[in-house]
Amino acid sequence: MQITPLGDNALVLELGTVIDESTHRRVQTAWRALAAAPLPAVSELVPAYTTVTVFYDPWAAVQAGAPALGIADWLGGLVRERLKNPPKMEKAKPRVVDVPVCYGGEHGPDLARVAAQAKLSPEEVIKRHAKADYLVHLIGFAPGFPYLGGLPKDLHTPRHAKPRMVVPPGSIGIGGEQTGIYPLATPGGWNLIGRTPLRVFRPEQNPPVLLAAGDRVKFRAITPEEFAKLQAPTSKLP
Amino acid sequence: MMRIVKPGLLTTVQDLGRPGYQQYGIVVGGALDGFAARAANLCVGNDDNAALLEMAQYGPEVIFERDTLVAWNGGDFDARVAGEPLPRDRAVRVAAGETINFWPARSGLRAWLAIAGGIDVPLVMGSRTTYRRAGLGGHEGRPLIAGDALKLFEPSPWARQVLATLQTGGKRAVAWTVRPETMGQPARPGVVRALRGPECDWFTKEAQRIFFSAAWRATNEADRMGVRLSGPELARRHEGEMVSSSVNAGTVQVPPAGQPIVLLPSRQSIGGYPRIAGVASVDLGRFTQLRPGDTVGFEEITLAVAHDLYLARERDFARVRMGLARLTG
Repeated sequence: MQITPLGDNALVLELGTVIDESTHRRVQTAWRALAAAPLPAVSELVPAYTTVTVFYDPWAAVQAGAPALGIADWLGGLVRERLKNPPKMEKAKPRVVDVPVCYGGEHGPDLARVAAQAKLSPEEVIKRHAKADYLVHLIGFAPGFPYLGGLPKDLHTPRHAKPRMVVPPGSIGIGGEQTGIYPLATPGGWNLIGRTPLRVFRPEQNPPVLLAAGDRVKFRAITPEEFAKLQAPTSKLP
Repeated sequence: MMRIVKPGLLTTVQDLGRPGYQQYGIVVGGALDGFAARAANLCVGNDDNAALLEMAQYGPEVIFERDTLVAWNGGDFDARVAGEPLPRDRAVRVAAGETINFWPARSGLRAWLAIAGGIDVPLVMGSRTTYRRAGLGGHEGRPLIAGDALKLFEPSPWARQVLATLQTGGKRAVAWTVRPETMGQPARPGVVRALRGPECDWFTKEAQRIFFSAAWRATNEADRMGVRLSGPELARRHEGEMVSSSVNAGTVQVPPAGQPIVLLPSRQSIGGYPRIAGVASVDLGRFTQLRPGDTVGFEEITLAVAHDLYLARERDFARVRMGLARLTG
């Protein structure tokens, strides 16, 4: 494992070079081991596709016993030690999150575009999109936005040349080889094929997001009536 | 209570940011120059992390309901209290009903105004920082507008004592100053110190040399997320896409056009462009004051030197903190 400084208050742990499931497992294992108990001077841990970044405060590190001339080596040593002897953790069982989606119609204005590109019927696009098994590699770009792996090849669709000014929150998009869920009303260039009534970003809760790195996602087709019902304020859904 | 009579161009409530949530895609944010914010807070007896106002280009007009202590620092703003110059870098007494104004900055771009006690807005995910994109934190999740009224926490006993001393002496401001830009070992004007980034060697040797020697010009593409610079094109020897990974405040990333972007505290958590360098934490504040057309150079330093600079500045800050505590103790 290579450790590279990212400025003077973060270290990047490189756990692989390509996006795949085995790299993902190494990232998850390292992240969990480091998060299991506090490390001195460390303020946060951020997992990505192939890396975990450890943010720290050099001043706090020295207060915690780091030599002033070797702060990064001291912290790197603690990190390696922790990864070599991880604390006892519950076996990681990936959470499977069920995401109801109302495909097509007003909620998925680009379903026909994706279908035409794939030379499939809209129904077949829905079937394939909902049947696939997705992995949340990381959360980033916007609060709660999942970078999902596992979009079937035949559904890969180029982004719009001109992004929409506003994409409604909960929209399910396909951008190139990726699929994801827009957490906030933001501009966006992905092809919108449906929308979930679930709130992906819920700042009043802890954690404030629906999905976390390491989760599995299963999309499930619902009707516009179900969508309306689930979105109603009386709904028990988060 | 603090009333906003005029909001200024872009005035927001900030503290030192919302760390711990990057794993959820939530930006850290916070005062763009966190050290300046800490220094302003120190002057009025606040905790480092107390919420204050950040302003850009031209600032607000505000009125307080009670006599209070304020302190500001940052760019060279024409700050006034009741029409008279409002001294910077120190505790200043403002009487109830007096107006504070921040007219356009003569140089620099941003300033921070701390008020004794700190601004009382709700904590959201552990922070009072305005998170504009998500519409939360700070005051109603947005920049201030005319008519806003912000609650304040009670001033510390130290601040009350300083205020009382100024009131009885009929004085406007204290004699001492806290100048964040002079603490530690400041970089030369127009230069910031920087470390090599994780993908520095994705660039040609010549591009690396150019990066650390050219005069880079700030463009008008600049906001709280980052500042785009323009200069000679940085050529790559390693083609191909980078796998998206963390970025940091101070990370210098280079999109395909070969022009660098320096990321500031409100950056996203993840980036996909090669990271050629990382600006030393102690020099990052320089980028919050750059105006379009201003130039800046990068001087390469090692990680050990960056840490040394960081520790030196913190030691100075701790010394000033101890000195101020003794003023009344």
